[in-house]
Amino acid sequence: MARYTFQRFVYMVITLFIIATLTFFLMKLLPGSPLQNQEKLTPEQKALILKEYGLDKPVPVQYIQYLGNLLKGDLGVSFQYDNRPVTELISDRIGPSAQLGFQAIVFGTIVGLILGIVAAIRHNHWEDYTATVIAVLGASIPSFVLGGFLQYFIAVKLQWLPVAFWEGFKYTILPTLALSVGVIASIARFMRTEMLEVLSSDYILTARAKGISQAGVIMKHAIRNSLIPVITILGPMTVNLMTGTLVIEKLFAVPGLGEQFVRSIELNDYPVIMGTTLFYSALLILAVFIVDVLYGVVDPRIRLAGGKK
Amino acid sequence: MKKRFSLFLVLLLALSTFLAACGGGKDNNNAQGGQGGEKPAEKKEQVLNLLDSSEIPTLDSALATDQVSFIVLNNVMEGLYRLGKDNKPVPGVAESYEVSQDGKTYTFKLRKDAKWSNGDPVTAHDFVFAWKRVLDPKTKSEYAYIMYDIKNAEEVNTGKLPLDQLGVKALDDYTLQVELKNPVPYFVGLTGFGTFMPQNEKFVKAQGEKYGLEANTTLYNGPFVLSEWKHEQGWTYTKNPNYWDKDTVKLEKVNVKVVKDTATAVNLYETKQADRVGLTAEFVDKYKNDKNFHTKLDPSLYWLRMNTKKEPLNNVNARKAIAMAIDKQAMVDTLLNNGSVPANYTVPKDFVTGPDGKDFRDVNGDLVTYNPDEAKKLWEQAKKELGKDKFTLELLNYDSDSAKKIGEYVKAQLEQNLPGLTINIKQQPFAQKLKLESSMQYDLSFSGWGPDYQDPMTFLQLWTSTSPHNETGWSNPEYDKLIKDAQTTLANDQQARWDAMLKAEKIVFEGMPIAPLYQRGAAYLQREYVKDFVTHTFGADYSLKWAYIE
Repeated sequence: MARYTFQRFVYMVITLFIIATLTFFLMKLLPGSPLQNQEKLTPEQKALILKEYGLDKPVPVQYIQYLGNLLKGDLGVSFQYDNRPVTELISDRIGPSAQLGFQAIVFGTIVGLILGIVAAIRHNHWEDYTATVIAVLGASIPSFVLGGFLQYFIAVKLQWLPVAFWEGFKYTILPTLALSVGVIASIARFMRTEMLEVLSSDYILTARAKGISQAGVIMKHAIRNSLIPVITILGPMTVNLMTGTLVIEKLFAVPGLGEQFVRSIELNDYPVIMGTTLFYSALLILAVFIVDVLYGVVDPRIRLAGGKK
Repeated sequence: MKKRFSLFLVLLLALSTFLAACGGGKDNNNAQGGQGGEKPAEKKEQVLNLLDSSEIPTLDSALATDQVSFIVLNNVMEGLYRLGKDNKPVPGVAESYEVSQDGKTYTFKLRKDAKWSNGDPVTAHDFVFAWKRVLDPKTKSEYAYIMYDIKNAEEVNTGKLPLDQLGVKALDDYTLQVELKNPVPYFVGLTGFGTFMPQNEKFVKAQGEKYGLEANTTLYNGPFVLSEWKHEQGWTYTKNPNYWDKDTVKLEKVNVKVVKDTATAVNLYETKQADRVGLTAEFVDKYKNDKNFHTKLDPSLYWLRMNTKKEPLNNVNARKAIAMAIDKQAMVDTLLNNGSVPANYTVPKDFVTGPDGKDFRDVNGDLVTYNPDEAKKLWEQAKKELGKDKFTLELLNYDSDSAKKIGEYVKAQLEQNLPGLTINIKQQPFAQKLKLESSMQYDLSFSGWGPDYQDPMTFLQLWTSTSPHNETGWSNPEYDKLIKDAQTTLANDQQARWDAMLKAEKIVFEGMPIAPLYQRGAAYLQREYVKDFVTHTFGADYSLKWAYIE
C-alpha cells in the first residue's frame, strides 16, 4: 500500500507539472497584455512597461523563470491587484468558497442519498416518482435561477435570512441551498439507478434466501455496493464546488475564489491564472487519489487489485 | 452497523482533508461581530451605506488605473486641488497658486495645517516624491502619461533623463513649483486626479511592497481614512480627525460592500441595507417612476470608428451615409434606457465650459444627426463614385451582452437604410479588439472614450494624424494645425484656443472618420435622506466630503 501511495504521488507531481506547462503556453497564446490601462496607453508606453515586467522576453525564457520561482514556492504577484502576492489572493478567498462548497456537498449528499435509496426501495411507487421529479427539477433548474428565487422570496419578501454578504453562518444558508440542489439531483439519480441494479443481483437474492431481513439486506449489502458510482462523482464534484462557483458567489456577494479565476483570465493576469489553475489541479488530483483509496474501503475487490500493483 | 459508521467517518475525514488543504480552511465566520451588526435604521446617525461592484485593486496612487481605486483615493487622499461640487477645482492641500506670464510655471502655496493620518505635516516634498515615483520607470505606473505635461516627464518616464531632471521642485516645505512643457490651461484641475496625490516618503519606503495593499499599510491625508478593508467584502471609511477641513465633513462613517450582481444590489437597496445603487437597463422600467430614481450623464462617448483605408469607407459620402443612417434616439430609449443621450458630436455635453462660461456643446451644437433620406442619397452617390453596388463590412465589437445588442441594432439599421450594404458582426475579447483596432484590421468598430482631463482636447487630440488612438487612417492638415496651435501658440489666449477647438470639431464631421452613437448615462436609486452626494464628470466618480444624512 505504501509503495502504491508513493507511486501515485509521483504521478501526481508529474501530472501537475504537465498541467503547469500546458497552462503556461496556452495562456501566453491569449491575445492582449495584462496591463489594466491598455486602452489609453500608446504602443510605446505599453512596450516600456512590459519590459519592466520582463514580459518582453521570449515565452520559453519566461517559462523557465516561472518554474524556477515556482520551485521556490513563489507564485508571483497579481497585475489586476497591483503587487498583491498570488498566494495571498488565493488564501484570502478560498475560505468562503471552501466552506460553501463543503456545506453544499454534505447537505446535498445526505439528502441525495436518502432520496435515491427511498426511490429504489419504493420502486414505481409514489415515493419513487416524487424523488425522480425532485431529481429532474434539481438537475434542470440552474442554481442561479434557484438562488435568485430564494433570495427574492426568503430574504427580500419574508426577510427570514440575509440577502447577501458573508458575515456568519446564517449568511451561508441560502447559497448553500442553491448550490446543493445540483448535488442532490445527481447523487439521487446515481444512487437510485445503482441501487436498483444491485437489488436485482444474485447475491441479494442469496442474502434474502438466507433469511436476512429487508432492512439488513438494504443496509449491509445494497447501499454499500451502490456507493461506488456516487463516490466516483463525489471527488471531482467536491473540488468543483469548493474552489468556488462564479454565479452563486456573485449572486450572494460571497468573497470567494470562483469569480476571481474567471476575471484573471479575462484580464490576462498571468500569475493569478497560473496560481489558481495549479491550486485547482492539485486539489482535483488529490480528490481523485482519495476517491481511489475510498473505493478500497467500500469494495474489497478493488482494494485487492490496487494492492497487487 | 459498525461498518456503516466507520464508512461515514472515512467520508467525513476525506472531506475535511480538502478543507485542511485549502490554505488552512480559513473560516471567515469570525467576521460576524464586525460591521454586520449595524442597522441602518437610525438614519440621523451620519452613516452612509454604499455598494461597489469590485474590490479595491490598490490604494497606491502611483499604480491605480481603475474606477474603484480612484473613487477611494479621492475620498481618503487629497491633492493640491480637488474637484468641487460644481466640478470646478477647489483648493485642497494647496491654498492658492500663481502662474507665470508664459503660463508654463505654476507655484502652489501649501496650507500649513494639512496633515497625514499619522500626524506628519503634508509638505511640498511629499508631492515631489510621489510624482517622481509615478514617473520612475521602475514603478511601472500605467497612468504615468497623465503627467507628460510636466517638463521632462516623458523623458524621465522613458528613461532618457534621470529622475532629478523632472520639472517639479519644493522651494521650501510649503511651496511647490511645477514647470510645464507647454502652457496647459486645465493643469490645476488635473492635480486633483488620483495619480497626482502626495505620498509620505518615509511611510511608503517603510512599507515597501506592502504599501497600499491593506488599510493599515496606507497613509491618508483626505477627508476620510479607511478604518477597515476586508478584501473582496468591503471597506469602511471613517472621518479623518487630522483633516484640515474636518468641520466641513459631516459623515462619521461610510460602509461600502462589494456586490457584483445588480439584482442583488437592488435587493439590498429594497431591504434598506444600501442607500444608493446603480441600475442596469432591465431594472429601469421597474423604478422609472420611483421618487428616488435618478439619471446622470457621464462625459463618455461611444461611436463607430471607420477604417478610412477600406472600400467603401475610403469615400467620404459613404462614411457620412453611415453616420446618418442610425436612429440613435430609438437606440438610447430602447436598448440603453439609462439616461444615455444620442451623440451628434465628439466632445461630450455637460463636460466643459469655455472662457465665456458656455458649454462647449451649446456653442457647436449637433454636427451629424439621424437622417435616413439624406443618408440614402449620400449612399447612392458613394456607390456611383466607387462604381459598385454591393458592399460587405465587418463590425468589430466587444464581447459583452450589452455591446452585442448595440451591434445587432447598428447592423439592422445600416442594412435597412443603406441598400446593398451587408454587415457581419465580429465580437472579440477586449484585448484582441484593441489589437485589431490599433493595427487597423477592421472595417467598422464599436468603441468609446472617456476623458483624461477636463478639456475638450482630451477628445479632440484623438483625431490628429499622429495620435496613436486615431486608428481610422483619417488625417486632415488643417485639423492637425488647429490642434497643435491650441496646444502651443494659442495656449495662453483662452478665447482663441477655445475657438480653434470649436472649429476643429467641425472639421472632424466634414471628414467623418467616426459615426457618433451615444453619450453614456447612468441610472441609479438614491434614498431621499442622502444629501450632497457629489458626482463628478472627470476622475473619481464621486466625493463624500460634502455628503450628509438628513
